[in-house]
Parts: sequence; structure tokens; C-alpha cells
Amino acid sequence: MAAFGTAAGRPLQARGGSAGFRFTLFAMLAVGVMYLDQRAHYLEQVRYVLEAAAYPIQLAVNSPPAAWAWLKESFQARAALQAENARLRARQRDLELLAMRYDALARENGELRGLRAALPPVVDHWLAAEIVNIQLNSLRQTLLINRGAANGVFAAQAVLDDKGLIGQTTHIGPWSAEVILITDPEHAVPVRVERTGLRTIAVGAGDATSLALPYLPGNADIKVGDLLVTSGLGGVFPEGYPVARVTEVHRDAVQPLAQVRAAPLAHIDTDTEVMLVWFRAGHPAAPVPNAGGGDLKSGNRDMQPQALSVKPPAQPPQTTDAPPAVPPAAAPQPGSAPATPGGER
Amino acid sequence: MIAQGRGRLIVSAFVALVLTVLPLPSWLDVLRPPFLVLAVLYWSVNAPRTGGIALGFFSGLALDVFQGPVLGEHALALALVTYIVVREHQRIRSKPEIQQALIVFAALIVYEIVLFMIDGWTGHAVTTALRWVHTLTGALIWPPAAAIFAYAAGRRS
Repeated sequence: MAAFGTAAGRPLQARGGSAGFRFTLFAMLAVGVMYLDQRAHYLEQVRYVLEAAAYPIQLAVNSPPAAWAWLKESFQARAALQAENARLRARQRDLELLAMRYDALARENGELRGLRAALPPVVDHWLAAEIVNIQLNSLRQTLLINRGAANGVFAAQAVLDDKGLIGQTTHIGPWSAEVILITDPEHAVPVRVERTGLRTIAVGAGDATSLALPYLPGNADIKVGDLLVTSGLGGVFPEGYPVARVTEVHRDAVQPLAQVRAAPLAHIDTDTEVMLVWFRAGHPAAPVPNAGGGDLKSGNRDMQPQALSVKPPAQPPQTTDAPPAVPPAAAPQPGSAPATPGGER
Repeated sequence: MIAQGRGRLIVSAFVALVLTVLPLPSWLDVLRPPFLVLAVLYWSVNAPRTGGIALGFFSGLALDVFQGPVLGEHALALALVTYIVVREHQRIRSKPEIQQALIVFAALIVYEIVLFMIDGWTGHAVTTALRWVHTLTGALIWPPAAAIFAYAAGRRS
């Protein structure tokens, strides 16, 4: 094999040409792959397959911590479990009371807004997902979860935990999905200050415990302790979900912008489970472009029926069903439309 | 040597990949040496025919799947580094380990510069100084790592 050695007397690559040739070949390949992935998005399928191949490795890598947690759990004393059970039961009761009150409030709110019937909650259904792998450093803040396209997960889906917003999905594999956290330096959430209604954008600061609000003027009405909720702009997250609490406000007379920091409410660094959320299509508080539990592909077309049917909340399913049936059933349609509001009254 | 060397190479590269994607607390994660890059460097220096640029490319692609924002980013960086190292492998091999560690440091810097530039071009710029820390830890861990790789390669040294 060394017989093919190159001129300098170095027995280099026997097959496939010299090192320089090979490097040029692979470099061109790499640049081509990058171009296709970045600009043209031709590689979604390839990435999908690669992610499926990578998933077993990620599972294996995560198995020692998972096994440790399982061991700890199975050796817990009975008394401890009973105590925990009692605590959970008390918590459950409290939450049910809260939920009762919430229903009443939602109805009252609906009446105040002049709607004929209280809207159903914006969340259609959710799915718990386990965190398989975490990448928490200041470069990238991402999670890998064990739900993917096979479970109906789609790109740019909102991910929450029980306290607040966590992030959104980016790359979807067959059985796994990557979640970019709200604290990733590349991630920005449109938020609203709950106390004042002031809208701004919260950008990830690169560590798991803080967000930056870099676009607030020096005289903005914001103070430490203010709750930030999603504003519903941006089309990924629904309106009104808690995101973070302001921890730090610096006003410098010299600088035009205030320096504001906030701590995310979600326990991003200690969570083991997250919730994937599907929103009700056509709900006023639902994010617009991906507004679909059932028909994800027609998310953009849903904009029109939603804009038209602000009054009767029961309308969107009908209008989405209607288009194929509109030309023949033009006469029965007007007859049935007034009937529904009448029935609700 | 070459036929069974390939099996050993794949196993060591796989172990290095697992060590690279193993979840760690964030302060430790910053310090984590780039094990897979070190493995690729070791094989490129000591067995450039078995390892080499193809190994660099495919290892980089694996890294891209796990942690790259763009497919092909780590692949290009690793292919470039292995190309340099394969060209100079005889000179590097004859150096004492301390000097080898310095060369590895330089190679890791080159690797990180390529990643840095591609990150910037593709709009995923990460500008904290922390991203450079692992070049240093990688160089520091080179002497023991090289010994372990030599053992894995079936070479007594």
C-alpha cells in the first residue's frame, strides 16, 4: 500500500488521492451540505433520519442519570412516600379549588368582554415529554425531549412546564425533538408586562436563570417584581402565559435604554418533564401561524376564517369544513348560521 | 494492523462521541475537552491512513447532528484540522508530548476559529469568551488522553 507514497517520501493516502485532494473534496461536500441546510432547507429529511439514528445514543448517554433517579425512587422509604402522597393530595385539593374559581372568573371575563359564551381554554390538549438530554451552556441552551413527529409534534411548538414558558421546538425527529429554551441567546419571546400592559421582547441571556429585556427606554414603567407574560405576538406562543419575573432594573441617565433582567419562572435547570401544548384553532388567544391541533398544514389558511368569525366562537370548524360544500349548500348555510347564536341565547 | 485498527478506531471514536454528548452540569460543560476532536487528532497523527480526513469529516457530521446549528459545520472544521495534521503527522509524531499538547492547542484554536466564523455567517453567532475554554482543557488533557488512545489502539507506549 505504501507503494503509492507521494513525492515527499511520506506514505500518505494510498487510496483516494493525496491528502490535499481529499481535503478539497470533503471541504466542498461540507460547504455544500451547509448551504443546503442553511439556505435551501433541502436537508430536513436527511436531518430527520440522522436524528433518528442519533436518538439511541442520546438515550444511552442519558441512562446513568435516569437509572440513578429510578434507584433512588425505588429505595425511598414508605413513610416518605406516604408523606409525599398526603402533600400531593392537599395540593390537588387546592388546585381544584383554584380551578373552580378560575372557571367562574373565565365566565365573568367572557361576560365582561361581551361575548355570548365563555370561550373554551386556549389549550386544546397537551402531552408530557421527558427530557432526554440537556445542553445548558452559554453557547446553546437546548433540550432534547422524547416526543417527536410520531406523537404529532411540529416545529415551533410551544413548550411549557407547570410554572411557565420553557421554549419552543426546533428540529423534529421521529421520536425526539429539540427544544430551544427561552434563555438561549438566540431566542426572543414577545412579552407584556402584566401590571402595565407594556409590550417588549425578552431575549435569552445565555444562562439558565436570566432573560434580558434590551429594548426598553429609560423611562419605561417597569420595576423589580413585575410579572412578564407572553404577549401573543410573534405567532408561536399564545397570549397570557407567564414567562419571567423582573429581577433587576438599571436606569442610567446617560444611556437611552434601561437595562432590565428577569428570571424565568420555569425551572429550566431542574425540570425532568415538560409539556408540549396544542392550541385550539381559531381561538382568539391562540398563536396564528401554527394555529392548528388537527390540520397543521393549513395553519396559514386559518387566518381568514378566524378574522371573519370573531363573534360566534363555534364558527371556525364550520367555515373550515364549509369550502368544499359551499357551492351546492349555499342555501342551507345562511339558514343554519343564525340558528346557532339563537340556540346559545 | 490496519484491518483491526479500523475496528479499534471506530470504537474509540464512538466512546469519544458519547463522552462529548454526555449531559454535564453547565460549569463542567464549559470545561469539557472536545474528546472526539482529540480522538480524531490522535488517529490522524498516528495512523493517517486509517483515520485521516474522511474520519474527520464523518466525526464532524456526527457532532453536527448532536450539537451543530447547521449540518456540515463541524465536518468542515474537523476536515480542515485533520488535513493539516495528516500533512504534518510525521513531524508531530516525533515530538515529545508537551510539544504535542501545544500543537493540539493550536489545532483546537484553528478548529474553534472555523466554527466561530461559520456560526457568524449562518447567523448563530456566539460571542462569549467561554467557547474558547475547551481548547485549553483539550490541550491540557492531551498527554493522558493520547496514552489512553494508544492503549485503545493496541500500542504499548
